[in-house]
Amino acid sequence: MTSTTDKPTLSAQFQPSASNTGAEFLQETAALAKRLYIQLARRPSFFLGGIIQPLMFLVLFGALFAQAPKDTFGVGDAYTEFLAAGVIIFTAFGGALTAGLPLIFDREFGFLNRLLVAPLVSRSSIVLASSLFIVSTALAQTAAISVVSLLLGAHFAGGLTGVFVVGLVVSLLVFGFSALSIGLAFALPGHIEMLAAIFVLNLPLVFSSTALAPLRFMPTWLQVVACLNPLTYAIEPIRFLFIHKDWSFASTVLQAPWSSISLLTCLIVLVAFDILAIALVSTILKQKLA
Amino acid sequence: MAKEAAVIIRDLRKQFGSIQAVDGVSLEVPGGQIFGLLGPNGAGKTTTLRCLCTLERPDSGSLSVCGVNVLADPRAARQCIGYVAQEVALDKILTGRELLQLQADIYHLPSSLARTRIDDALELLGLSERAGDRIKTYSGGMMKRLDLAAGLLHDPQVLILDEPTVGLDIQSRLNVWAFLRELTKRGITVLLTSHYLEEIDMLATRVAIIDRGRVIAEGTPEDLKKQVGGERVTLRIREFSPVEEAKQAADTLRVLPFVKEVIINEAQGNALYLVVAAPDPLETVPAMRAALKQVGLPIFGVAQSRPSLDDVFLAATGQTLQDADMAASSAPSKKKKK
Repeated sequence: MTSTTDKPTLSAQFQPSASNTGAEFLQETAALAKRLYIQLARRPSFFLGGIIQPLMFLVLFGALFAQAPKDTFGVGDAYTEFLAAGVIIFTAFGGALTAGLPLIFDREFGFLNRLLVAPLVSRSSIVLASSLFIVSTALAQTAAISVVSLLLGAHFAGGLTGVFVVGLVVSLLVFGFSALSIGLAFALPGHIEMLAAIFVLNLPLVFSSTALAPLRFMPTWLQVVACLNPLTYAIEPIRFLFIHKDWSFASTVLQAPWSSISLLTCLIVLVAFDILAIALVSTILKQKLA
Repeated sequence: MAKEAAVIIRDLRKQFGSIQAVDGVSLEVPGGQIFGLLGPNGAGKTTTLRCLCTLERPDSGSLSVCGVNVLADPRAARQCIGYVAQEVALDKILTGRELLQLQADIYHLPSSLARTRIDDALELLGLSERAGDRIKTYSGGMMKRLDLAAGLLHDPQVLILDEPTVGLDIQSRLNVWAFLRELTKRGITVLLTSHYLEEIDMLATRVAIIDRGRVIAEGTPEDLKKQVGGERVTLRIREFSPVEEAKQAADTLRVLPFVKEVIINEAQGNALYLVVAAPDPLETVPAMRAALKQVGLPIFGVAQSRPSLDDVFLAATGQTLQDADMAASSAPSKKKKK
């Protein structure tokens, strides 16, 4: 829409070329992400807690099941090897669920208004900045968990490419769930409701995935639930990469009640999950913001 | 008016649940002036501003800022507006400079321009020395000034301020006033709300008085006061009078021929507020004293005043701004918090 009044400078100013728009989107996204990193550097306790907690899980759960008969979990030596993938995703997922918390506080303290009255190219930069920030912290946590699980006797068989695939899987899962969390932060009335939602979603989704026990331990109905749970599609590829040296994207990593699922299919499911999450969040943003 | 109005609001309506927060507000704010919206809490001032700033979508009506249709092209409107909300919206873990840098980036200022603008804004609002400190160490006045600096950083044509001096000490308030006057000299239009009468009276070239979502009076403060007319006398029986005594005195004075109206001002120790029809209202004091003496009441003090904006409000609504504020705060909360 071009203004027809005697303000040519205005219309000129607000008809940015496509490249300009791209640069502006990057500028606003980078600035919003930078703020989150400054907060992290000056208030690191939440992030550090997010590293210490999974390490304790790894040590405690590892010790708890150390005496389990070999092959119970379908891995050779250590339960840690089985558990590492579960703890990595448990941690990354937990972090992703809290992605919306800073936003809900921004809403409650009025800081969000500062962003909403600004001529952002797209308000999705708010979602993108938070999601990328959470993805990066999740990757740091994953690295820490992996290193400690190696020290505890686990082996990572998947090689360097396998490491990248683990990183990709974690990023895809975290991106989707952090977008959903940010959507919740716009949709829910306040931080109490947000915390309640996180509580309700966190452990049930972990327990109904293959994080702690393999699929074949589960009754059929739970197997079905687990195979509908996005977490499973992130856990199983990582677990497979921990154990198998000769992996390929066609390797079957998950035996769902209805079919075998390959590593590639898992990645496709995660990408589809992200697309769905983004679509849902954009709908919420359109509805909730003037 | 030769110049096109900087802000045009036509028949704006916004409802929250069963409450009609804005009920057909129409305003034209001329460019390069300070325009005040005066009204009690809950009158619809903030909602009007939030609609202008694209934070709220109105149910109906049209809004334009600097010739830009706000509803049709919100992004262009956001570019011309600087908005400073009533509550300071700062991330206290950042330094002042970091906050302004973030502000510059979300308004897409190129980095070289941002640097000079940030330095200028810090200088202008006396924050240069503390720019590298975290905002949580700032005083309330400094936070408000930083918030103002952020609102001005992209050089908006229209600055929209919601209660800019609430909670500030006198000195900070005077500084903000001087600063806003300075801005209008640079051609910036300032639209502000306040429920401080004196703030609007001192600062605004034009004022619109809003009550229950409607504009009940609009004009220059002088014109509005002139229209109300009459002379005011504030009479105190004692420093703090019991309400029965104040009522008795009011009844006694009401029968005097030159007394047009008597209001008991609860907020000021039940002082009696009289509108008198006399060229020199102080000449009526002896008659009042005599009448009160007959019923055994003394006079503690007398003050004369010209009509104020409060009288404009009183004439239009039948209550003072303070009473309206008290009524609003005792009524169930009706503000929608975002």
